[in-house]
Amino acid sequence: MNVLWLQAAGCGGCTMSLLCAESPSLPDLMVGAGLRFLWHPSLSVETGAEAGALLDRAAEGEIPLDILCVEGAVARGPNGTGRYQMLSGTGRSMLDWVDRLAHRAEHVVAVGSCAAFGGVTSAGGNPSDAAGLQFEGAHPGGILAADFRGRGGLPVINVAGCPTHPDWVGETLMLLAAGALGPADLDDFARPRFYAEHLVHHGCPRNEFYEYKASATTLCEMGCMMEHLGCVGTQAVGDCNIRPWNGQGSCTRAGYPCISCTAPEFEEPRHAFTATPKVAGIPVGLPADMPKAWFMALASLSKAATPERLSRNAVSDRVEVLPGPRKPRT
Amino acid sequence: MTGARLIVGPFNRVEGDLEVHLDVEDGRVRAARVNAPLYRGFERMLLGRPASDALTLTPRICGICSISQSAAAARALAAAGGHTPAPQGAAMAALIHAVENVSDHLFHFNLFFMPDFARPAYADRPWHPRAVERFTSGAGTAQRAAIEARAALLHILGTLAGKWPHTLAIQPGGVTRAPGPRDKVRIMATLTAFRRYLEGTLFGAPLEAFAALETRAALMRWAQGDAGLFLEIAADLDLDALGRGAGRYLSFGAYPLADGYGFAPGIWRAGGLSPLDLGGMVEDVSHAWMLGGAAHPAAGKTLPDDEMRETAYSWCKAPRLGGLGYETGALARQVVAGHPLARDLAGGGVLARVAGRLLDLARTQILMEDLVRALDPGAAFMDPAPEIRDGAGAGLVEAARGALGHWLRVESGRIAAYQIVAPTTWNFSPRDASGAPGPLEAALEGAPVAPGEDTPLSVQHIVRSFDPCMVCTVH
Repeated sequence: MNVLWLQAAGCGGCTMSLLCAESPSLPDLMVGAGLRFLWHPSLSVETGAEAGALLDRAAEGEIPLDILCVEGAVARGPNGTGRYQMLSGTGRSMLDWVDRLAHRAEHVVAVGSCAAFGGVTSAGGNPSDAAGLQFEGAHPGGILAADFRGRGGLPVINVAGCPTHPDWVGETLMLLAAGALGPADLDDFARPRFYAEHLVHHGCPRNEFYEYKASATTLCEMGCMMEHLGCVGTQAVGDCNIRPWNGQGSCTRAGYPCISCTAPEFEEPRHAFTATPKVAGIPVGLPADMPKAWFMALASLSKAATPERLSRNAVSDRVEVLPGPRKPRT
Repeated sequence: MTGARLIVGPFNRVEGDLEVHLDVEDGRVRAARVNAPLYRGFERMLLGRPASDALTLTPRICGICSISQSAAAARALAAAGGHTPAPQGAAMAALIHAVENVSDHLFHFNLFFMPDFARPAYADRPWHPRAVERFTSGAGTAQRAAIEARAALLHILGTLAGKWPHTLAIQPGGVTRAPGPRDKVRIMATLTAFRRYLEGTLFGAPLEAFAALETRAALMRWAQGDAGLFLEIAADLDLDALGRGAGRYLSFGAYPLADGYGFAPGIWRAGGLSPLDLGGMVEDVSHAWMLGGAAHPAAGKTLPDDEMRETAYSWCKAPRLGGLGYETGALARQVVAGHPLARDLAGGGVLARVAGRLLDLARTQILMEDLVRALDPGAAFMDPAPEIRDGAGAGLVEAARGALGHWLRVESGRIAAYQIVAPTTWNFSPRDASGAPGPLEAALEGAPVAPGEDTPLSVQHIVRSFDPCMVCTVH
């Protein structure tokens, strides 16, 4: 199967992340799955007229298009013309190219939260009037209508994330190549369930601090970052702490909060990203699927029961108090 | 041969969107105009937000220079608040930043720049079969090795920064994770493996030997590794003469540490060095689709011209210092830092820029190893910065591609002004009010165009030799 990749209004970071794929690397993954890039803006040799001719032929249907990957939101401004992003050398806007190519493609994949929902490109009043391919923020219908389906029958597959984990993209492409991704494998925002059915909270090494509400008060401390530092890992979808990033990493492992970059409208939290908004000292935005009263009751109980090891380590930048050894049996 | 106009695009294997307009006469480029055809408006997005949001949003300007944007935002916030980061925190921020810069150099050489020499147009050259074997897009053996080596190197960022790109690990007060003794030995093991790759594949000899080269003549005798293959090609095609620069270089200084910079800041002009003074800097908008007049970035605004007036041709502003354009990047960084080879290459073209990048790569690997050796796992890595109510400051850093600056003003805890000038804003700027072209535009003048070429190879070599990052440019 061939893959045509376009970079719309975004940062290119999802391509950079994808190239971090290991075991196997991206070139081996593509070969192994029977995939090849028809054209990729960072990787292909074709430039200028030769690239333009390739895109023309795909848009005219002369080259069958199996998978269209779009990275970046699509700018509609100014005044609906799309001229904030002209695909260079073609005299046409990216808006126009994405629309034409999407209707030719067997599958359309939105790579990253910008392409999926608008993402950071639509932050702060959305200066370029950008939208996602099939969503505008959390609302269905973006550049493509809410009822758009690729020729293969699927909606735009939203591999959301900012950036996306290399494996999220790689596994989506491999599943499509194997014919093993159906509508039931996507969640309500059309994100692949294989990573969207987990929460960032799952596997977070700060879980024990969370259990006792032993909280960090400033970035670089080891405690749970939900109460004070804006962490929304208990509500954010992603397997970031189950399969780490770049070897052994994740946001919470590196000491800064999850900002739910896989979610629509994460770019507008309506508070500082690294501070938890509170009402009467109580954090707003508690876990979505738990009754608030229960959460508060459990939290006050567990806070009262917090071992000193956790309360001290929570506000330290490294472990100060070790887990106590079990007493030898007499 | 009569005059012709060429529009080159989509221009790929550069980061982001680029279109180049060429006036061709008698087989040479007579004039070039460089267009950045995307506008996103990050500077406007930031207005009115909490000051600390700059740390989350500005890295997302660019997925390849993400850490550079983090570092610039953190330093601008620290300057605005009059804060100094914990010394070991600053050292870890420098290490994190160096890893990104090295990764970018590696990708530029292997994935963006060298594949053009594997094109059939060079099939008659003696080195062509080796270029095909090493650098064919997607299949070249050097490309595959570079992808794997980079992915392994970036494990350092998994450990220290959580992930790459787009981390929040770099803060005005230091870094968010205190590495322990185990991290120190693990990071050194990763760096040692990366050195083995560099010495076995890219340089074919000890890094110190490459870093010790002092003259262009000595450089051209370097025959080992893929660097040697590049130099053989450069000699054959006379890449030194292709796309020569004006010899004016700008560096904001790389890797600020408690005891000074890794690579010092400064301005190089007419063969002499002067201290970095940005008092005479303006961003000209005469040929940009931007409104408002020329202004210093501390007083600048970003007001897009939605009419896209005919007299302008790019979303990129034109930074000038004392009325002049400056080239910035790895070569500039090493010229300003005083490396004899870089000084000998100053003013050169494609060869000088690419060799400057290889030199910067070798020296930065050595610098990273020094940083890790000096890592004190018992130290504080963060001195938390108090929240800023009111203040103004600049964050000046060296991205892989050169001088990157953030200028910020905070009022009542909110961002009141934010201006970003990226390396490629300097290098790929359009004309200014005097009609003077930007550095790339000037470098393209005189480039040879073979009969029938619609996307001239010489132009591709020159453009890519700058390693442009258009997404940073059109923040």
